[in-house]
Amino acid sequence: MAKEQQSAQTLFRLSGVSCAGCVNKIESAVQGVAGVEDARVNLADKTLKVQGAAAPQACIEAVRQAGYDAEVAKSSERQRREEQRAQEERHYHQLLLRSAIALGVGLPLMAWGLITDKMSVNSFADQLAWGAMGLITLAILVFCGGQFFSGAWKALRHHSATMDTLVALGTGTAWLFSMLVVLVPHLLPESARHVYFEASAMIIGLISLGQALEVRARGRTSAAVEKLLELQDTSARVLRDGKEVDLPIEQVQAGDQLRVRPGEKIPVDGVVLEGGSLVDESMLTGEPVPVKKGEGDNLAAGTLNKNGSLLFRAEKVGADTRLAQIIEMVKNAQGSRVPIARLADKISAIFVPVVMIIAVVAALVWFNLGPDPRAAHMLVVLTSVLIIACPCALGLATPMSVMVGVGKGAEYGVLVRNGKALQQSCNLDVLVVDKTGTLTEGSPRLTDIESEGDSDELLRLLASLEQGSEHPLAEAVVTAAHEKKLDLQKPSDFEAITAHGVMGVISGKKVLLGNSKLMQRENIALGDWQARANNLAEQGRTVMYGAVDGVLQGIIAVADPIRDDAAAAIARLRKLGLRLEMLTGDNQASAEAVARHLKIDKVHAELLPEDKERIVAELQKGGARVGMVGDGINDAPALARADVGFAIGAGTDVAIESADVTLMRSSLHGVANAVELSRATLGNIKQNLFGAFIYNTLGIPIAAGVLYPLTGMLLSPIVAGAAMALSSLTVVSNANRLRFFKPSEVH
Amino acid sequence: MNAILVNTIGVLLIIAIIWWFWLGPRRGVAKTVAVSEQLQILVKNGVYEPDHIRLPAGHTATLHFLREDPNPCSEWVIFPDLEISAELALNKETTVEIPAAKPGKYPFSCQMQMYRGTLILE
Repeated sequence: MAKEQQSAQTLFRLSGVSCAGCVNKIESAVQGVAGVEDARVNLADKTLKVQGAAAPQACIEAVRQAGYDAEVAKSSERQRREEQRAQEERHYHQLLLRSAIALGVGLPLMAWGLITDKMSVNSFADQLAWGAMGLITLAILVFCGGQFFSGAWKALRHHSATMDTLVALGTGTAWLFSMLVVLVPHLLPESARHVYFEASAMIIGLISLGQALEVRARGRTSAAVEKLLELQDTSARVLRDGKEVDLPIEQVQAGDQLRVRPGEKIPVDGVVLEGGSLVDESMLTGEPVPVKKGEGDNLAAGTLNKNGSLLFRAEKVGADTRLAQIIEMVKNAQGSRVPIARLADKISAIFVPVVMIIAVVAALVWFNLGPDPRAAHMLVVLTSVLIIACPCALGLATPMSVMVGVGKGAEYGVLVRNGKALQQSCNLDVLVVDKTGTLTEGSPRLTDIESEGDSDELLRLLASLEQGSEHPLAEAVVTAAHEKKLDLQKPSDFEAITAHGVMGVISGKKVLLGNSKLMQRENIALGDWQARANNLAEQGRTVMYGAVDGVLQGIIAVADPIRDDAAAAIARLRKLGLRLEMLTGDNQASAEAVARHLKIDKVHAELLPEDKERIVAELQKGGARVGMVGDGINDAPALARADVGFAIGAGTDVAIESADVTLMRSSLHGVANAVELSRATLGNIKQNLFGAFIYNTLGIPIAAGVLYPLTGMLLSPIVAGAAMALSSLTVVSNANRLRFFKPSEVH
Repeated sequence: MNAILVNTIGVLLIIAIIWWFWLGPRRGVAKTVAVSEQLQILVKNGVYEPDHIRLPAGHTATLHFLREDPNPCSEWVIFPDLEISAELALNKETTVEIPAAKPGKYPFSCQMQMYRGTLILE
């Protein structure tokens, strides 16, 4: 990466390039351009990658002189996706065509067999007719099923076996046996002179049809990422030399000033310089209510400007925007493995060779112990076992659900780091919640001031004193004084006493503000105020005593208001079976008041930041699976320690780094959504795995003929082919059901 | 006579399968590349080529996957032990950054474990 940054890389799209000769010609032409360190042509995607500081126009000129054409590739993720979709569409149509041709031959042949029952070779005329049919079927195998054979051959050379191997062996064996019947019928008993050309063609047709439908269904599993990509605007209105110019998004740079009008998308991340508007951020955060934005507020790319015009400065562009990072994270998580899939992975790894052995053993059993015609039974069993076994269903069971589940999470502002986090979120016992910023607004406000005399004067003195303090509660006091437009003065002899309070001199008066310990230390009697202070503390407020010149003048109380949706979110989490514990640095009384109000099971109060990790570790030692919800700054170690760390608000990069689940929205509802989603996804995975296991464990013995003593019939290879095509399609379709997931939150 | 022939062929087939897929020597010769060199892995017909890749341990590296198989099975490549995955574009090179990691064998595969390869860091 570092290397790429030091030396610029430019990508060009080439036209007129068709062979290796062109590659050399272009590469040597471009290498002659001043500033080019390295030039490489990729024939497959017709691109030229130039390393070095050369001017793009000079490179294009060199390519043109060599007899070709080039343009700078503007390869955005969205463009790439569109190209991929077009390729997929082509592949889909190709598969449909192959399927139609194969079924076009197979179906009439099968119908002939069913109606006339003349599928045997008993005369020279039969030999000729079926020989011609065999050649037609061979053409079908080559043109419609060639990829199975080439794939099987290549895999075999690499000592591995895939689904292609099974299809190629199944259809190939049926064709070879039939051809043997046609060419040398006398080698086989009369009852075994049956041809199976229709089976070969039908199997290829049905499996191609299944694959085509699967391509369609799989396209839908990545719909979430595409939705996110669509949020990215392609152009932006940038202020250049005092004029508004529409520029492609790639040309917007950090520091540019941009204008967004009502109803337009925010193109890049930035900070509002001028104007005010409501911005709909639901697509990123899942937060349904539009957010009010004004000067100094942050804007995120992809969100929608509702009613006002905004001038803002671009801060992050391209891959650095939050939207781009979300897309990257979702893509990474979609491809990750889930621990529950380990068994399926192990089975998938040995599945095909094991099925091949089962097929041979079953065939031998039928040959040695089965009724006549043994050779025909042997072939049917061999082909059916090879064809019905479906490694795809097993292999697809988890990845498809994870793809859809992770994508769905992104829609609701829940970003899951990987499959492991998704799995662990579904069986947590305890949820440890950091109070500030999660249960509360995170910005304390002055709620009460009681004094012997003029309360505004007391507030003025205390706020003047607190100007020098960095304590978060101090900000609440100073803000309240500003709101009352009180005239504050600078304190002298300011002193902050840890865990006690602050003192200083204002207008010649010695002012103290702090807890009861500070008053005791300074020998100031609390008197009646103590009872009033306790009363306020019981309501969850942090109370401080204010004294002037050695006499207690009154008390002020500060509280961090509980978030509006906290109680509803906690009720949801409790309903999901989670035990809730609260962590806070606040005093026990006010912490307990919040806990009582929100019905939280246990409180850990008066904590230092490092205690949080210890508490999580202790809970884990007790055997509990612990989820931790925090803002990610002070909580990073605890988030990392927990079985699942939920970073709320997505405010900082630290949070995204250390969290297993990042919630784009500052609400505990996000955690409930994440837990519900993980349960839905894991449920879906289990259905898929169960289905795939059951399918294979029932399908293979049935194909091997275990039901023959009961039914007197063997499973037709054609039915086996249909079942196999259907099984993987079922898995993908079931995973797609997750797209209809809706969290239980009621707005 | 026929019975002996068919049974012998059957047993030989089973032995051949076991030998070829499990016991037989893995002939896939590992391709060794220096960190600075570009390594292209072709994704086609159910296999990665090369499927054994040797890289020096403790260095970051970039692998260039070129997927020529339109089958959706080959769409993703996953390195489970390195916690990396990438969606491979069709007929286009997709780069996969390998972080500096300890020496060892790191298998990689498609989502369904049909395409398989091993990255050897040493």
